[in-house]
Amino acid sequence: MTNSITALDFTLIRPEMFLLAATCLVLIADLFITDRHRQLSYFASLLTLGVTAVLVAATPGEPHRVFHGMFVSDGVARLLKLVTCGTVAAVFLYSRDYLIKRGLFRGEYFVLALFACFGIFIMASAGSLLTMYLGIELLALSQYSLVAFDRDSPVAAESAMKYFVLGAIASGALLYGISIIYGVTGTFDLAELAMRVDVIAANKVGLLFGLAFLMAGIGFKFGAVPFHMWIPDVYHGAPTSVTLFLGAAPKLAYFALALRVLAEGLGNAVLAWQDMLVVLALLSIAVGNVVAVAQTNLKRMLAYSTISNVGFILLGILAGTPFGYRAALFYTIAYVIMALGSFAMIVLLSRKGFEADRIEDFRGLAQKHPWFAWMMLFLMVSTAGVPPFVGFFAKLYVIQAILSVGLTWLAIAAVLFSVVGAFYYLRIVKVMFFDAPTEEVTVNPGLGIRVLLSLNALGVLALGIFNSSLVETISKAFR
Amino acid sequence: MSTIYHWPLLSLLTWLPVGGGVLVMLVGDSRASLARWLALALALAAFGLSVPLYLGFDAGSAALQFQEHASWVPSLHADYHLGVDGIALPLIMLTTFSTVLVLIAGWTVIEKRPSQYFAAFLIMEGLMVGVFSAADALLFYVFWEAMLIPMFIIIGIWGGARRVYATIKFFLYTFLGSVLMLVALIYLYLKAGSYDLDSFYKLPLTLHEQMLIFLAFFAAFAVKVPMVPVHTWLPDAHVEAPTGGSVILAAIMLKMGGYGFLRFSLPITPDASRELDWLVIGLSLLAVVYIGLVALAQTDMKKLIAYSSIAHMGFVTLGCFVGFEIVAMTGSSQGATLGLSGAMVQMISHGLVSGALFLCVGVLYDRLHTREIGAYGGVINTMPVFGAFMVLFAMANAGLPGTSGFVGEFLVVLASFRANFWYAFLAATTLILGAAYTLWLVKRVVFGEVANEGVAGLKDLNGREALVLGILAVAVLALGVYPKPLTDVMEPTLQHLVQLMSVSKA
Repeated sequence: MTNSITALDFTLIRPEMFLLAATCLVLIADLFITDRHRQLSYFASLLTLGVTAVLVAATPGEPHRVFHGMFVSDGVARLLKLVTCGTVAAVFLYSRDYLIKRGLFRGEYFVLALFACFGIFIMASAGSLLTMYLGIELLALSQYSLVAFDRDSPVAAESAMKYFVLGAIASGALLYGISIIYGVTGTFDLAELAMRVDVIAANKVGLLFGLAFLMAGIGFKFGAVPFHMWIPDVYHGAPTSVTLFLGAAPKLAYFALALRVLAEGLGNAVLAWQDMLVVLALLSIAVGNVVAVAQTNLKRMLAYSTISNVGFILLGILAGTPFGYRAALFYTIAYVIMALGSFAMIVLLSRKGFEADRIEDFRGLAQKHPWFAWMMLFLMVSTAGVPPFVGFFAKLYVIQAILSVGLTWLAIAAVLFSVVGAFYYLRIVKVMFFDAPTEEVTVNPGLGIRVLLSLNALGVLALGIFNSSLVETISKAFR
Repeated sequence: MSTIYHWPLLSLLTWLPVGGGVLVMLVGDSRASLARWLALALALAAFGLSVPLYLGFDAGSAALQFQEHASWVPSLHADYHLGVDGIALPLIMLTTFSTVLVLIAGWTVIEKRPSQYFAAFLIMEGLMVGVFSAADALLFYVFWEAMLIPMFIIIGIWGGARRVYATIKFFLYTFLGSVLMLVALIYLYLKAGSYDLDSFYKLPLTLHEQMLIFLAFFAAFAVKVPMVPVHTWLPDAHVEAPTGGSVILAAIMLKMGGYGFLRFSLPITPDASRELDWLVIGLSLLAVVYIGLVALAQTDMKKLIAYSSIAHMGFVTLGCFVGFEIVAMTGSSQGATLGLSGAMVQMISHGLVSGALFLCVGVLYDRLHTREIGAYGGVINTMPVFGAFMVLFAMANAGLPGTSGFVGEFLVVLASFRANFWYAFLAATTLILGAAYTLWLVKRVVFGEVANEGVAGLKDLNGREALVLGILAVAVLALGVYPKPLTDVMEPTLQHLVQLMSVSKA
């Protein structure tokens, strides 16, 4: 590690600098635009994401630790940032019509989402616990505000309040854990931490103590059981275009959180955190899948589905092997794509004054709009883990990861609960294909959303059959 | 002509129907007639392509033939590897053959969303060929599971009154069995370093490992066959499925369970198979006797045939595993091949016969819209041609010599004799029970006085129905009189399999 800040340091944070500057610009410019020209903010936001993605792609893939180790630039960060840009752009495209129809087409939505995106960038590149915490807070504050963004909706306000209070407690726990670990090891720097954890193995109790708080924070952010209570309420209460955002992009950031802190910083303490994660993962898969069966609201059902999928992501991480981390990243990316498509289906079927978020709103879709019924079928069976869709390969890799470290019982438990999960995904298929249509089923006429959603669902199929391309990309990122 | 043997026949047989199915779906219900003809043309093309597969097959070799090898997921060493041997070839032929008949049988009967119906069967055909020709375990699993989706849709959309219950039960039962197999496959991969089936065959495994892997495989295949006590999805699925769905379920899907035993359980875990053969043999005999009795008590024609399927599939699993007992008793592997060929012949024969019986029930159902046995009686008076076909297929189901049903049952009973008199005794009860429930069915439905006005107004088979049943009748008789073309093809492969089974891997 060098002690001086060089030109290289600034080259590497070019995407972040641009994103921040452009976001501030959109924020200010939006103040001077009348509602008639609000589209400008929308296009400016998309442009910002596009240029940021180009800048990210231009950063070198080799690992660099700059700004005294506070900031890491490596392949994983680059991949996470690229996927984030794509995800947030897709969220914007999906949300446009929905927001316009509800009179919510305001600049704040885009600015907040861009700030959240910036938070994700910081987390992806965090080289120290403090940088990580800054990223987490930036992301979290943007999300609280996004949930409350529909000011006139009491449900949204309640959800935001709940999210904020619980989120603040979790942040507190995380910070407390970080401070204990600092107290034990004397460093915030993750690379430094990795070396010191080995040396201070004697002081194990203190480390475990800090780790437990850290784990509670990570569990809360991910929404792993028993820290999952906020997920269904927030997903349900937020406007669907916000749920779309919450359900997809931040998962990438939380993966970065787990990877940087647990795998890189505390990699030597793997046995200490593995057991904790086993509990979190197994409970998430069990509770998520079982409770989802009882839901009648699609957003709530998908919220519980998120919880169970988070369990699978944690399975990959808890293996504690390079293959496990790669499997977890594969799962995260696959899940983000599937979640994006599933929530977008709700947006697609919603119209002015009608939120198509009950399962029965999908009744008979196959007769009225067979194409989109098939797209939804792809998304659902993929999330259920049926081949040849990408969701199956995600599960395959994760299960291979835990089998390779000898956790056979955990693998069997996970797959058995995924059979329970298959039931509620099939129920959506059943409602769409086997039930008679109700009068109201209509599909958003916007061409953009139709094309994007079709690409999204077909991508789930294509990425499944040709999953080796994603595997290669991920392996390259980790090198 | 000889150049056709260099085509990637197996890929064509897999992807032509799948791609064609998507095309048929895109044609849409508004042009249903075009969709039908296109679907039939594709199914005929697929059948046509499976003929050179048979003609070009070297029956003297146990090796995989018509192999295709391409890289698929390099990081997992999972390849797109296809090939056929003497076990897979007859089943692929059966698949392409049955699909043509099913499409013709559903020609005008299906009025609800016809293009999707035809598309679903085509897609399923391709996936089933994929299952039988995959030489890579991961590829096999992908086809094996993907096939559930079209079947789920077929039962759910075109099925009977309780179709939703039946189709979800079907899906979850098979899914539950399959995921355990997946864990076993990944475990094997981690040991062998490749998903290639051949590397699994060569992999040494301790008895303890084999036992667990065997049980995981057993969960998948026993559900599919199905064996007692995990058979309960089948009567529901069969009864609720549309006629075409029942035919494909009975003719091909159940065979996947038997195929799985032959392709996975026996060669990969030979020692565990030997140790646990009592379990399979016991459950098989239970299926033959107990399910045979259950079949007697049915009042629904489709349910009766469904139970008869379970009993007949008991013969298949018995034939697969009785070989171990023969080796233990006589010390020679001669008889083991006998049991295996019996199992194979029984699979093909049951595919034809049960398919035909379901089509017969479909013919009656299309006319009177009930499957209750009590609603019929004296059908022969108004439908003589149909009656003749029904009696023929019933005889084949009861295992009458001269029909294909006899060959398989005879071979398995013969093999059982070498193992244990009581096995043979129990297995042979099927000759009585099978005759009892099928002939009683025929007696109540076909013969006797005209039971009611509905039956009095029945019209005999139309040309389309007669064509389908006629083709099946020819196949059933041909196989019964001269099964040699079938047994010749599989002989070397089965001998090779017996070798794999008899070499300990522990």
